[in-house]
Amino acid sequence: MPLRAGARIALRALVANPLRSVLTGLGVIIGVAAVVTTISIGVGARESTRQQIAALGTNLLTVIPGRVSTPGGVGQGVGAAQSLTVEDGEAIAAGIPAVEAVAAEFNRSAQVVAGSRNDLTNVSGVTPNFPQVRNWEPVEGAFFGEEEMRSRGRVAVLGKTVAESLFPEADPIGQPIRINRVIFQVIGVMASKGASTFADRDDIVFIPLSSAQKRVFGVDHVRALYVKVRALEQMEAVLGQVESLLLGRHRIADGGEPDFLIRNQADVVQAFQGVNRTITVLLAIIAAVSLLVGGIGIMNIMLVSVTERTREIGIRKAVGATRRDILLQFLVEAVTLSVTGGLLGVALGIGATRAVTALAGWATLITPAAVALAFGFAAGVGILFGLYPAQRAGRLDPIEALRAE
Amino acid sequence: MQLDLDDVTKTYRMGAVDVPALRGVTLRIAPGEFVAVMGPSGSGKSTCMNILGLLDRPTSGRCLFDGRDVASLSDGERARLRNRRLGFVFQSFNLLPRTPAVENVELPMVYAGRFERPRALAVLERVGLAARAHHLPTQLSGGEQQRVAIARALVMEPAVILADEPTGNLDSATSAEIMGLLAALNREGMTVVLVTHEADVAAHARRIVRFRDGRVVRDDPNARRPAPAGVR
Repeated sequence: MPLRAGARIALRALVANPLRSVLTGLGVIIGVAAVVTTISIGVGARESTRQQIAALGTNLLTVIPGRVSTPGGVGQGVGAAQSLTVEDGEAIAAGIPAVEAVAAEFNRSAQVVAGSRNDLTNVSGVTPNFPQVRNWEPVEGAFFGEEEMRSRGRVAVLGKTVAESLFPEADPIGQPIRINRVIFQVIGVMASKGASTFADRDDIVFIPLSSAQKRVFGVDHVRALYVKVRALEQMEAVLGQVESLLLGRHRIADGGEPDFLIRNQADVVQAFQGVNRTITVLLAIIAAVSLLVGGIGIMNIMLVSVTERTREIGIRKAVGATRRDILLQFLVEAVTLSVTGGLLGVALGIGATRAVTALAGWATLITPAAVALAFGFAAGVGILFGLYPAQRAGRLDPIEALRAE
Repeated sequence: MQLDLDDVTKTYRMGAVDVPALRGVTLRIAPGEFVAVMGPSGSGKSTCMNILGLLDRPTSGRCLFDGRDVASLSDGERARLRNRRLGFVFQSFNLLPRTPAVENVELPMVYAGRFERPRALAVLERVGLAARAHHLPTQLSGGEQQRVAIARALVMEPAVILADEPTGNLDSATSAEIMGLLAALNREGMTVVLVTHEADVAAHARRIVRFRDGRVVRDDPNARRPAPAGVR
């Protein structure tokens, strides 16, 4: 029997009992819609977290000084070592191709004075490429460049919080401020980063690293190197290369305790995404269970249908239908139910996802993979749960079938 | 096509009890014959028809189509023989409900992979139902439904028509029409095997086989309608 004939017979049977067909399909429709919606919400949440974290500088390795053990056995905390230098950063940028740029920072709390106002804030000496490396640009004025770095320029860029506390009314650009009695000129104001978990990240003043080291604090080392890696996939490799490069530069033998620590921002991202993925998978499993229940609904109705139509099966067999013809007929019927339900479910799922975005404002992302997964699963459910009733129909003894009422 | 039953027995298992339906039937039906199989209820005549119609398999003995044993055939091959070589007419018509007459007639063609609406309509015309081709079975009288069933049996141009009490649900006037139709088909060369327990229906046949308790007890030519020359 050609498939076209099978499809026609199956469609006729479904159309003959529209209410039952719709109710049977409803299980699959709701299941597929649930799968599409949950995956879209999950993927959307994952994508928006990824973007938020990427804004912080995702592919960033942070090198900080390690702990110091004095000969007397008095341990000092992480960050106490004074061995990390700008030259370390330059060596990393020059020596590792996968590194896009390295910014260096020395920061310390200091009193900042502007006219009659003063503020205890975080004074951060950084290299001119800091905005590029940390994805953090000024909104007003400009950041300092290589020239100010070379000349230990007395220029400052204020964080939003500092700008507002020192210059509540006036435009800070061009105004003088004093940091530890050294006079700086404000040339820019940074964009607001907002508060992180632990601190107000806008409570900061940037000055050239050279000025901070020589003019303000009188040190030679740095407190952090920010290593921007070209691609997220290279993070692990670059981490290893930075480590061995620094170990070599600091003349630390194999097995010796390094005087620095490397932190990977990508780890944080991965942790976030891991949680996200777990939630998405959990939701998808719940949705899949509802799809499974829909499939059982199909099997239930198909079994009833086989019993109801026993006589029809007998007639078909008498006029020459093979076991396979009958099996195919009922299978096509089940698959038609589940595929139609799947298509409607995809439409409903897309609609529900849009509604969630519109009403709750959640970020959602409908991926072709999610749609294909849900639809494929629905078709699979139809075949799986249609097969048993179809086999039962195919195996019916024609004489018994013809005798049935 | 020549049909042979060779010492066929059939035993049904009803729980722990074996119920014999046929106890050794040997029967030859030659091409072009019109045979009425008669006997009381439970005599085995319907079982015999089911075996001839490849709807059932004998417990022992052989069933031969043109000398070929059908026991060795697969399910698919048996279905194919039912489809191409045999036509069934049942007491309760057995039309598909909610399906127009013409589509009921097309049904065997569906399983043969043929879609020939004109052929189905032509066969309906042959049984005198051209005007009712698009009626549903529920819109047809009993006699009309049985004509649709006969058209369905004829549409594949089979060698043998197997009719199991075709007039059992019809009044005598309609019965006469249906029997006239079967007799006309036989005159055109179609082999007709008819199960009935009504003597006036069997009277249309040219040969009468009587069953009792799973055996053939009499096998006579119909004295009133002798076989034409050339048919045994």
